[in-house]
Amino acid sequence: MSKSKNGSSSGLPFEAPIREIEDRIAELESLSASTRLDISSEIEALRARLESQVESTYSDLSAWDRVTVARHPMRPVTSDYITEMLDEFFELHGDKYYGDDRALVTGLASMEGRKFMLVAHRKGRNTAERVECNFGCAHPEGYRKAMRKMKLAAKLGLPIVTLINTPGAYPGIAAEERGQAMAIAENILGMFDIAVPIICVIIGEGGSGGALGIGIGDRVLMMEYAYYSVISPEGCAAILWKDGERSPDAAEALKLTADSLISLGIVDEMIPEPTGGAHRNPAIATASLKEALLRNLDELSAIPLQELLDTRFEKFRKISHIEGRFPTVADAAAS
Amino acid sequence: MTSEKTQIKTVAPESAPKRENQGEVEPLRVPPLDLSPDPADQDDPSEPSMSKNKSDDNQSRSEPSPDQVEDGGEKRGRLSRLRFSKKRDMPGGLWLRCESCSKTIYRKDLDDKVRVCPACSFHFTLPGKQRVASILDEGTWKESFGNIEALDRLEFVENAAYCDKIDRAVKRTGQKEAFLVGTGRVEGREIVLGVLDFSFMGGSMGEVVGEKISLAIEIAEERNLPVVLFTSSGGARMHEGALSLMQMAKTSASLARFNKRGGFSICVMTHPTTGGVTASFASVCDIILAEPGALIGFAGPRVIATTIKQELPPGFQRAEFLIQKGMLDAIVPRNEMRRRIASLVDFGQGARAAAKAKRELI
Repeated sequence: MSKSKNGSSSGLPFEAPIREIEDRIAELESLSASTRLDISSEIEALRARLESQVESTYSDLSAWDRVTVARHPMRPVTSDYITEMLDEFFELHGDKYYGDDRALVTGLASMEGRKFMLVAHRKGRNTAERVECNFGCAHPEGYRKAMRKMKLAAKLGLPIVTLINTPGAYPGIAAEERGQAMAIAENILGMFDIAVPIICVIIGEGGSGGALGIGIGDRVLMMEYAYYSVISPEGCAAILWKDGERSPDAAEALKLTADSLISLGIVDEMIPEPTGGAHRNPAIATASLKEALLRNLDELSAIPLQELLDTRFEKFRKISHIEGRFPTVADAAAS
Repeated sequence: MTSEKTQIKTVAPESAPKRENQGEVEPLRVPPLDLSPDPADQDDPSEPSMSKNKSDDNQSRSEPSPDQVEDGGEKRGRLSRLRFSKKRDMPGGLWLRCESCSKTIYRKDLDDKVRVCPACSFHFTLPGKQRVASILDEGTWKESFGNIEALDRLEFVENAAYCDKIDRAVKRTGQKEAFLVGTGRVEGREIVLGVLDFSFMGGSMGEVVGEKISLAIEIAEERNLPVVLFTSSGGARMHEGALSLMQMAKTSASLARFNKRGGFSICVMTHPTTGGVTASFASVCDIILAEPGALIGFAGPRVIATTIKQELPPGFQRAEFLIQKGMLDAIVPRNEMRRRIASLVDFGQGARAAAKAKRELI
């Protein structure tokens, strides 16, 4: 696919009115170049219309629309954030048992004077990269590599930033043979004992256990058009209605958008994206993510470690609890 | 609250003619046993979402219940049967057909063997209360938190509302949720026992199940007892969305704290255990056992078959496969389970003292 002037490209269905104006602008521009007619005022007017069209389209997106934005091929991925946002990055490979999963990248990072360990799903930019990293679906060795580096971070006193962007952990024979479930479970359990601040950011797709395998943190942030769900809308629609066509209904039912998850108490903060999504203006998205990371890193680094660990435990032990709904062990003993 | 040991209700008249299990005896009159609670309640193991296959048409036939056992007793492979039978088990039926060896079994024979096939030793899924009865000394079970009920917090829409499904499951099983927790004795040793019951919405883990697992661990911590968890589950409960996903985190949080304080945990994975249950607390207990032939995995076999577009190898994701791959401590047949747990509990008695000693070392 080719990237057009305003960063849109890959034909999200709901972007049709936007594309129409973009095409018109491109047409006029080429006309202007070839004929030397002065139609700059028309082009200016169209640009203004485009801006307001993007704004109005994006002000009313369905849950499914958001899922398609989260999967947009031009949406910034980990490698973009590494290049654009970090001052330094040194990748640390391998789980030291089996292999080096390319679907999960880990390494030492620095940004504006803060040093940390980056643990991130990798989706790839072009077809070759996407295939190499299984479209962001990690194998057990990926999760084991992540845990190994997180333990290193804890030893070195480096905070951890995880960037989550996966359709789900890889479902395949080899993954099962090497203990996909066990690897994810070990990570979830292990992250409660990592005695450094952990910030998790869902930057695109937050696919179920595959996301949660690097998703236990003191702060869980989410980009505006990311989604986080127990199952993909397609999978859910397949089960409920035996009909993949109903994925939009499933997306709605699953409450997988940032605002729903914030109101359920699962996500702490939404990181705003530029109008029209991160793919339309990666620089603004990167700045927005950077600001959120710096702020949260600074806040968390001020908290004593024991308090940090206790708070992390409490956060997930009582996650999205409705006050007074569940009895406690003390209640049971009393009765 | 104490719940009685439950027996399977068979309405078999004493004089029921006992047929010989030879050949194919009028198969149509012998409804196959259905492990899935209700065709309408088929809730899938929700792991993992493979949305990279953007058009999931193939996947759309996914069934909730993990697949049909093909070789529980190593009698015959049956890879093509990738689903549980849709037909309901006839409640008063005298006969049923083994889902593994297809032999026609007299129901009472099956019950007498705690639902292990008399012909091929296939371990049928055991409803929660029967599991409790099969493990604990008679009359020692004290159930806790039996009244916590599910909430439809997402107002989940589908053909049947989530609340209605819950209501049906409650009526059918006589319990409020898919997880039973309580204390009792195993050959005299006190334990905290938790049982995830596949007969209640496929043993799926939503908020209540997750909370009760955490509570089970906390009772054990509070009372300095080992916790023994039996699982059979399709995974996270889709109807509670990301709330279900968070139960993987919640249960693991409790287990992490329990471990630090010297708690001792045993998990027995029974047929079937998949998805978010396998990928959280169940796989990180101190000792991980499985029943013979149990299907255990992260992704369901059908999802995998769809992804790789080929048939799965025989015995894939069965307990025997997992132990070979190093994922289990042992496979223990049902009739030895009580004895084995009693013995393991004895081995774990020093856990708390060891944790304390370790803290002092550092």
